Amino acid sequence: MSTIQLNGAARPLAEGTTVAHLVTAVTGRAILASGQPADGGRLGVAVARNQDIVPRSQWAGTTLEPGDDVEVVTAVQGG
Amino acid sequence: MTETLTATDPFIVAGVPLGSRLIMGTGGAPSLDGLGAALVASGTELTTVAMRRYAPGSGGSGGTNLFELLVENNIRVLPNTAGCFTAREAVMTAELAREALETDWVKLEVIADEHTLLPDAVELVEATEQLVNRGFKVFAYTNDDPVVALRLEQLGAAAVMPLGAPIGTGLGILNPHNIELIVSRASVPVVLDAGIGTASDAALAMELGCDAVLLATAVTRAQDPVRMAEAFKHAVIGGRLASRAGRIPKRAHALASSAMEGRPDL
Repeated sequence: MSTIQLNGAARPLAEGTTVAHLVTAVTGRAILASGQPADGGRLGVAVARNQDIVPRSQWAGTTLEPGDDVEVVTAVQGG
Repeated sequence: MTETLTATDPFIVAGVPLGSRLIMGTGGAPSLDGLGAALVASGTELTTVAMRRYAPGSGGSGGTNLFELLVENNIRVLPNTAGCFTAREAVMTAELAREALETDWVKLEVIADEHTLLPDAVELVEATEQLVNRGFKVFAYTNDDPVVALRLEQLGAAAVMPLGAPIGTGLGILNPHNIELIVSRASVPVVLDAGIGTASDAALAMELGCDAVLLATAVTRAQDPVRMAEAFKHAVIGGRLASRAGRIPKRAHALASSAMEGRPDL
């Protein structure tokens, strides 16, 4: 089974998984093709893949590859 | 009175007028719900957040996340680069924040080490230059060094934010003279950031001429955060009014406020 690194931990990767699929799996929120959440709220999440930011407009069209190093970040209390 | 003042004396930063001169941080609050109540009590319209890996279940009641909490309360979000030690990390964090939170405002924080949490001036200057070139509105957290503050402004920072004392110490403003000097030479807003312990520290910052105050721990770790937030709201307004009202000069000797003329012969 191929894997990716998600936020520093190994995660199984099903073939054809896009960044949008991964964001939905992580946040539990459906993502529109625009990259905005389908529930009309504000997602507040950014994705970096192999040290490059994937703009939300490209989430649905970006397919993950085995071995990708993915960071999913959001706003938290601090500072 | 509060409404009148903020309407006639807005805090304009990066071209945006804000109704409050109190910028809040969010670190140190035990719960998201309590934090929300304190932020509302403070009257803040701009609040800073950190960027970290997404962790499920970190929201408050009803599943609201911090970003949505701010949006719902009409508070503008100011992402920060807390925890970054190099310009490279800070620029990447700012880019992630811009993508996640849809703002090009960033509180730039590049610290030298975890013991002092003091800004690393060299990395800070480097990161400011890079971020300005990438179109960010940089709120640069800096030491109370008038030379570096001016350099940050010249590089295009939207605001310079000298510390009063190291982060989280609550020691107040350790070098008021330097803060006054920074203010006197700045043509971008000066925000007193870090070290505030209690309301009088914030009032002093404003009296020294700062345009705004940024604080977190003083509220979030107070015994009653909501009450302390309200105290800071009034302190910042009071200090601003005093700063603009023109204080009396200090004198070595007493000056009677009652005329001697017409005094009855007793």
